[in-house]
Amino acid sequence: MSGERAQQRQARMLVLWCPDWPVVAASAAAGLPAHLPAAVFAANRVVACSAVARAAGVTRDMRRREAQSRCPEIAVLAEDPDRDARLFEPVAAAVEELVVGVEVVRPGLVAVPVSGAAGYFGGELRLVELLVDHVSGVAGVECQIGIADGLFAATLAAHRSSLVDPGCSAEFLAPLSVTELDQPGSERAELVDLLRRLGLRTLGAFAALPEKDVVSRFGSVGLLAHRLARGQDERPPHRRRPPPELSAGRSFDPPLERVDAAAFMAKTLAGRFHDGLASRGLACTRLGIYATTEHGEQLSRVWRCAEPLTPEGIADRVRWQFEGWLRAGEGVRPTAGVTRIRLEPEETVEGRSLQLGLWRGGAEPAPGQGGEHTPEAERAGRALVHVQGLLGPDSVFTAVTEGGRGPAERVRLVPWGDQRAPSPGHEASWPERLPGPSPATVFEEPVPAVVAGAEGEEVGITGRYQVTGVPRQVAIDGGPARRVVEWAGPWPVLGRWWAGDGAGTCARMQVVLEGEGPERPGGALLLRWQGNESPLWTVEGVYD
Amino acid sequence: MPGAVADLRAARSSSSPSFPGPGPGPGAGAGKTVARLASLPGVGTASAVAARDEHAQVTGRVLPVLPALEDLLPWGGLRRGSTIAVRGSTSLLLALLAEATAVGSWAAVVGLPRLGVVAAGELGVEVSRLALVPRPGADFAAAAAALLDGVDLVVTGPPGRFGGTQTARRLSARARHRGAVLLAFGSWPGADMELRCTSARWSGLEGGSGYLREREVVVDAVGRGAAARPTRATLLLPGPDGTVTATGSAAVRPGLSPPEEVKVG
Repeated sequence: MSGERAQQRQARMLVLWCPDWPVVAASAAAGLPAHLPAAVFAANRVVACSAVARAAGVTRDMRRREAQSRCPEIAVLAEDPDRDARLFEPVAAAVEELVVGVEVVRPGLVAVPVSGAAGYFGGELRLVELLVDHVSGVAGVECQIGIADGLFAATLAAHRSSLVDPGCSAEFLAPLSVTELDQPGSERAELVDLLRRLGLRTLGAFAALPEKDVVSRFGSVGLLAHRLARGQDERPPHRRRPPPELSAGRSFDPPLERVDAAAFMAKTLAGRFHDGLASRGLACTRLGIYATTEHGEQLSRVWRCAEPLTPEGIADRVRWQFEGWLRAGEGVRPTAGVTRIRLEPEETVEGRSLQLGLWRGGAEPAPGQGGEHTPEAERAGRALVHVQGLLGPDSVFTAVTEGGRGPAERVRLVPWGDQRAPSPGHEASWPERLPGPSPATVFEEPVPAVVAGAEGEEVGITGRYQVTGVPRQVAIDGGPARRVVEWAGPWPVLGRWWAGDGAGTCARMQVVLEGEGPERPGGALLLRWQGNESPLWTVEGVYD
Repeated sequence: MPGAVADLRAARSSSSPSFPGPGPGPGAGAGKTVARLASLPGVGTASAVAARDEHAQVTGRVLPVLPALEDLLPWGGLRRGSTIAVRGSTSLLLALLAEATAVGSWAAVVGLPRLGVVAAGELGVEVSRLALVPRPGADFAAAAAALLDGVDLVVTGPPGRFGGTQTARRLSARARHRGAVLLAFGSWPGADMELRCTSARWSGLEGGSGYLREREVVVDAVGRGAAARPTRATLLLPGPDGTVTATGSAAVRPGLSPPEEVKVG
């Protein structure tokens, strides 16, 4: 009885699910087209794979070797929850444009309470259509939507793209397998395994057990799962935003039009904002700055930072943001002064994380871990954040040296503010890597080159990685041929030899070119020979 | 005007105990010249300059460089507030950053998307203190100026595409004001010093076998003020251990100084 009453009280939820989000995000970040098979791996096991890969027989939790044996052309991508979350932000924002109260359950899955929005847009079906169109139009990703009572049922409905009638969640769930209880992040694999061995194969069979028996046999974990199986919520949904009283705002009359006035205002506003958070034991790690101009234009920018913001940090960001807005070029610049500004904590952490500052100057963390607290590091950090304010968050990088063979693949650029953890394997030995020195100039787009022998005949590399002749001249990017003084190589790299286009295999060669007068001293080049069908020489780097 | 500058150089080197080199002996005529020149606004005697440099060293106004490069720079390091143009070699630019970043200074590189980070690490640069702004676009000057506020060493590409001489002078002034060092890759109008890599000889390759191992380069340093005396050094960049090794340096005769006539050794 009580269960039925609780079910009636349950919020009707709409869940928007982007299938295989880790793969979608990783492919987007790596620039892979969607029609190629790809999978995200963590600790050598598949975390998520694309539909194409799944059709080839790749499944979750499969070992990498097995996945590659079933689908040799599969792209192996690394797991990165930060990247997933960052790329999901536009999707959540797109949903938020239509519906309020968006909760990001995990990257790839958002939940919204449906009642108000469905009424406004004229029915649930209409809302679903609108959302699918809007999300694919704005964020450019495919998604599926399900509506049901309660988050769990709505999530499963989204996996099946179905709308469950009000009050029918329990019936909807009953025929489904108990393995559905083991959603990513819930850590119920053991329980599900146990239930299956006990012969409880469907959610309905599990839900039919009396609650008190479930508690006595499976404990609190079992109770939560039992509630889900009956179509009830394990907890009321948390809204994505912290309570609004944490935000701080101020109106201006006359409107703010100068940066120095904004800087002065930023100081007091930042102090008030920080005190408000601190009184609740919170500190801000993502700060939203929202401004309204006299002509009603809305400006906004969210600042992400690795460490909780101090009042000075908040004031700096507000000032820089104003600099960015008020000093922008014609056309981008707002047409009138700012009349209202609001600071919002987009993401908060327990305030005690700030207390670490007390021990500054004590134990020095190893450089490169991003945890330096020297005055130089702090000054530099502020300058870099300032540049991010001018050019956007993805304009300032620090480099992490990685594993790999070529000079370009050994470097990964990490946007300033993100964690700079080296990926596994960066200290392993890479047998086909050339010994130092490395080229001091590395081209992002390899420059085409022509390598020729003494008589002008083109020099290539045979299938057994031997040169077809002694290289005597190199012409770079269509320029005049320059004489080769010395050369060495070729050194083959036999990575990913199974890829059809020969993308992984290549050969490298070092050549020293003759100088052309005192103004242009001779230099050394790193050349690369790549491609199966029509192989080409390119200049990968210059030792200058 | 070039004649006057040559006179000035001669006067400085003649009375400087710390700059041994050929020049007119310290006679009565030279002494008078020094006194006359020193009375001009903005001109100081070499001993005063040397004393000031020593003071600067002590008060941390000079960022350290690798020992092999110390002889090239009149201050024995990178003086804060100065602008130094580096031409002809990216490795030389990176080598200048090495020691300072290793002891805790930060460096930022604006508008050089092709910089080889692996090579930087091999030359001794602490890569975790190297920030990269590869594509500043039209905001080059604003980004470089913002970086000069907080970062000790700022490396930029040539200002040509971003406003030319005007931008260059503004950024140099900003560096002077903030006590940062502006290192320009390529020519830079109004630079305090210019380091030019004129010739390079690689060794290690032999008719198809071997690897690039060492490079002998000749670096010419010319500049203004305390750096007015042209210097030339022969370096191994990289040397056998991967970093920079000095093989010899020599002061170039002031006044008449065609580089070809100078013995390097």
